[in-house]
Amino acid sequence: MNPHRRSPLVLVSTILVYFFLYAPIVGLVLYSFNASRANVTFEGFISSFSQRVVTEGSLVKSSPCGPFHWFCELSKNNEVIDAARNTLTIAFVATIISTIIGTMAALALQRYNFRLKPFSQLSLYIPIVIPEIVMGIGILTLFSQFFAWLNATLSLTGESRLTLGLGTVIVSHIAFMVPFVTLVVQARLQGFDKAYEEAAMDLGANEWITFQRVTFPMILPGVLSGALLAFTLSLDDFVITFFTNGPGSTTLPIYVYGLLRRIITPQVNALSTVWIATVFLAVLALQLIQNREAKS
Amino acid sequence: MFQRLRENKSAQGTLLAFPTMVWMIALLIIPLLLTLIVSFGRRSPDGGVIYSFSLENYTRLFGYSTDCDNGASACFNPLYVQILWRSLTLAFNTTVLVILMAYPLAYFIARAQPKRRNTFLFLVLIPLWTNFVIRVYAWMMLLRKEGAINLIIGQVAHWLHIPFQPLELLYTPGAVLVGMVYEFLPFMILPIYTSLEKIDNSLYEAAADLGANAVKTFLRVTLPLSMPGVVAGTILVFIPVMGTFIVSDILGGRQVILVGNLIQRQFLDARDPTFGSAASLILMVLTLIVTYFYTRKFGFGEEIVVA
Repeated sequence: MNPHRRSPLVLVSTILVYFFLYAPIVGLVLYSFNASRANVTFEGFISSFSQRVVTEGSLVKSSPCGPFHWFCELSKNNEVIDAARNTLTIAFVATIISTIIGTMAALALQRYNFRLKPFSQLSLYIPIVIPEIVMGIGILTLFSQFFAWLNATLSLTGESRLTLGLGTVIVSHIAFMVPFVTLVVQARLQGFDKAYEEAAMDLGANEWITFQRVTFPMILPGVLSGALLAFTLSLDDFVITFFTNGPGSTTLPIYVYGLLRRIITPQVNALSTVWIATVFLAVLALQLIQNREAKS
Repeated sequence: MFQRLRENKSAQGTLLAFPTMVWMIALLIIPLLLTLIVSFGRRSPDGGVIYSFSLENYTRLFGYSTDCDNGASACFNPLYVQILWRSLTLAFNTTVLVILMAYPLAYFIARAQPKRRNTFLFLVLIPLWTNFVIRVYAWMMLLRKEGAINLIIGQVAHWLHIPFQPLELLYTPGAVLVGMVYEFLPFMILPIYTSLEKIDNSLYEAAADLGANAVKTFLRVTLPLSMPGVVAGTILVFIPVMGTFIVSDILGGRQVILVGNLIQRQFLDARDPTFGSAASLILMVLTLIVTYFYTRKFGFGEEIVVA
C-alpha cells in the first residue's frame, strides 16, 4: 500500500480549505489597489502616473505612485508609522526579556528541585487555559488601582502622573509570552542527554563553562524558536494591548481596529498587504534556514 | 555567600525561576485576585469601585432583576444568561466546524511526500501569522452588501435570469461563526498535523496486512492516535473563542453580543468594572470547567505548545 495514496475526498476537502484560507487574503490585497476612495466596490486599478493626484468624485484617476497610490499615502501617514514603531519596540523589548527569564525558568524547572516548583510549573498554564480578556481586565484593574494609589501617595500631578503606556504594554506582554518560551525550552531540555555535560565536567570545566560551551549551544535552537514564538505572539496581540495601552502607545492592531469602526479607505488594505507580505517573507526565510539546517 | 549558593541546588533553582515567578504572581495571580475582589464590590456613581461584599453582580448575571415591568419587586431577566449560552454554543459550533475542516487538511499534509510537507505547512502559517484584526477585516469586506460574495451570487443569478437582492450577510450570527472559524482554523491544523505526523507508517501497513480497510484503519489506528492533537487544538480554539470580542464586534455589529463584548463594554462604555469583573470570572470558571472535563476524558496533549 502506498503511504502517500490519497482518497479523493481528502484531496477535495484540502483544496476547499486552502481556498477558504486564501480567498479573503487575496480579496484584501486586491482592494489595496482600488481606484475608489470609498472602497465599497472594486473600481479597477489606478492606471496612470502623474505629477499630482488627480481625482474624479471618489475615484483616483492618476497618482505619482500609479497603482501603488495607497501605499504611498500609507508611507506618509504619521499615525501608521508611530503605531508600527510602537509595535516593534514592544515586541523587541518584551521578547528579549521574556526569552531570558523564560529560559532561566525552564532550566530551573527541568534541572532543579525547589519548594515552589509544582506551583511554578502550574502557573505557566494559566495564560493558556484562561481567556485572554480575563487576563486583560485583571491587569487593567491592577494598573489602574496601583497607579491611582501611587499617584496619590507620591502626590504626582500633571506630566509626572503614572499612566498606561508603552511600559505597561511591555510588562503585560511579557506575562503572556514567558510561559510559551519556558514550555518550548523545557521541551527541548527534555530530550537532552546529560552525558555531554558530565563529560565536560569530567574534563575539568566548571558549571559556568559547561553551560556556556555545552548546554547553551545545545538548547539554542529551542531558545530561538521560543523567542520567535514570543515575538509573533507580541506582534499579533490585540486583547492585552487593548486593555493596557494608553495615549501614545497605540500598536498596529489597535490602530486598524480603530479604523474599522470609522471610515475605511484602501489605505487599510495597503497596510494589510504590507503586513501579509512581511509575514510571507519572514516565514519563507525561516523555512529556508530550517531546510538548510536539516540538510547539513 | 557565593560558596553557599553553589552548594545549594534548591536555592539555585529558586533563583533561576525567580523573575518568571515574580511576573506570574504580579501579572497573573494578583490581577485574578483583584478581579475577584472587585466583582464583590459595587459601582460608585463616578464609575469607580466601592469595596464591599455583595453578590449583587452575580445574581444579576444569572437573571435576578429588580427592574421589572409589572411592578413586581423581583423578576427573571434572561439577558445575561442568554449571552453566556450564546457564547458557549458559538464556541462549541466553531470548535466542531474547525475540527471538521482542519482534520482532512492536516491528514493530507501528514501523508504528503516529506519534501512537500514544509510547503503545505508554510501555506497554513501565512494566514496564521497575518494579524488577527486584519483577518476579521478581510471577512468584513467579503460579507458586505457590496462585497465579493454578494457580487458572485448576483452575477450567477444574473446569468440564470433570477431576480436578486443583495443578501444581508454582515452583522448576523452566521458572519460571526464564519469569522471565528477563519480566525482559529490554523490553531487546529498544526496540533493535529503534529500528532498525525508521529504515526509510524508500519502501523498502517500492519493494519492493511491484518485485513483492515481504509475506513477501519482510520477509525482504529489514525483517529485514536491523533486524539492528543485534536484535544490540544480544541483547547487552543474553544478558550479564545469564548473570550474574543473583536470578531463579534466587527462582524456582528450590535446584533451578536458575546460575553467578551459584555465584559469589554463594562470596562469601557458602561463603566461598571464590578459587573465586568463578575462576568469575567464566570467566563473563566466556565472555560475551566469545560477544559477540565474535556482533558480528563481525553488527556492533555503536549501538542499544545506546537502552534
